[in-house]
Amino acid sequence: MFKINKDSTLNITLVGIGLCLVCSAIISLIAIQLRSLQIENAVLDQQKKIVSSAGLKEVYGSVENAMSNIKSIIINLDEGEIVDLNPQTYELAKELREDGKYKFLSAEEDIASIKKREKFSKIYIEYKDDKINTIILPVRGYGLWGILYGYLAIENDFNTVAGLEFYEHKETPGLGAEIDNPKWKSLWKGKKIYKDNGEVSLKVIKGSVLNNSINYNYEVDGLSGATLTCNGVSNLIAYWMGNDGYLNFIQKLKEIDV
Amino acid sequence: MSKYTEILFRPVFKENPIALQMLGICSALAVTSKLYPTLIMCVALTVTVSLSNFFISMIRNLTPSNIRIIVQMTIISSLVILVDQGLKAYDYETSKTLSVFVGLIITNCIVMGRAEAFAMQNPPGVSFLDGFGNGLGYSVILIILGTIRELFGTGTILEYEIFPLVQNGGWYVPNNFFLLPPVSFILIGLIIWALRAWQTDQIEEPEFKMAENSPVVIPNPPPIPSSKGTSA
Repeated sequence: MFKINKDSTLNITLVGIGLCLVCSAIISLIAIQLRSLQIENAVLDQQKKIVSSAGLKEVYGSVENAMSNIKSIIINLDEGEIVDLNPQTYELAKELREDGKYKFLSAEEDIASIKKREKFSKIYIEYKDDKINTIILPVRGYGLWGILYGYLAIENDFNTVAGLEFYEHKETPGLGAEIDNPKWKSLWKGKKIYKDNGEVSLKVIKGSVLNNSINYNYEVDGLSGATLTCNGVSNLIAYWMGNDGYLNFIQKLKEIDV
Repeated sequence: MSKYTEILFRPVFKENPIALQMLGICSALAVTSKLYPTLIMCVALTVTVSLSNFFISMIRNLTPSNIRIIVQMTIISSLVILVDQGLKAYDYETSKTLSVFVGLIITNCIVMGRAEAFAMQNPPGVSFLDGFGNGLGYSVILIILGTIRELFGTGTILEYEIFPLVQNGGWYVPNNFFLLPPVSFILIGLIIWALRAWQTDQIEEPEFKMAENSPVVIPNPPPIPSSKGTSA
């Protein structure tokens, strides 16, 4: 057996290159093996959030059943029209990278502090007996530590909230992260978004909503210790339900419906 | 106690990586606000440190000493990537909660520390045991932290309600302080105190001694360079 000089330049180079090759080969192999499972997980997670934002899991029994009644479509936010693009290949992150597919928001416009808004948005519609039952809209806005990404589900009067669910956020566990608390989320069901004058009035308030409050239908209890997160939620609703968000689309839907 | 059980269990109480070696405190602060992610983190770290010790020890006779740290880092980070990828594939929800902290196992001092201190000098088998033991030692502290923090912070253990919260019509007002990282510091301090009261040989020699109170001595004024006389 020959004795190697482990500190020779040759050995250093060989060990270095060899180790890198072995490690990268193993990592690539595992990464490719697990890729499909990971994508499946991400899709499933997304679907779960979409379905639960509208509270449809209880109605249909399972996420798969619910998804078979939900259609995804792409809409043009500025005109509020449905556009003929493939929803399967739509990715928000990609839209926000490509020139011409997003617009920068000025300080006054940008109430939800998202800086850029996409031109096309992918939304979900649940059909019951061939009629629109719920629309599920992706919303986002800045909370305390980062952007909150979620889905707002609206009933077919296009004014009543069916539910709100966040799928990604960086809020403090126990404080801001209580936006995931089922008890708090259940407060949203049945609240109204627009007042008779068409103004977006739904918001999270500080403290609890009084039963006899005139704004009872437009207010949701605040989370204690999470004022900034709650403001973020109010802001994102004000933005996305307003003129710059889905209002154009909702008005078009109402016209068709009437 | 046989040599192997000694290697396996010594890091749990006698040479606990967090309580005695003071390693890996950063992640102990970050991931312990809920017990479930804590458990996953413990498993992830134990797997990483055992396997990294094993592989580093396997090639220890080939590793040139001047690039040994890079070699160790490459092996450790490859393992961490594997753990992270596996978690994303099999426990997506938790991987989202743990987010960056799984990746940060790479910088967890326990892993590097054991590689340098043990795996470079010992055969693969015992190195694996040593890594596993240190993983257990880390896990014991983390599980204690996670249990206390989740119980007092949210009134639950593993999402199962122990103290009914005021919000849900119970009596317990959750103590939000327990959900913030600094509380881990205090708890780790208390654990170290308890551990050293029990295992008195862990108490460190003080690095300096407080001087006894002595009568005030007025030091001599510095000599004036130009004068020839002695200073008063």
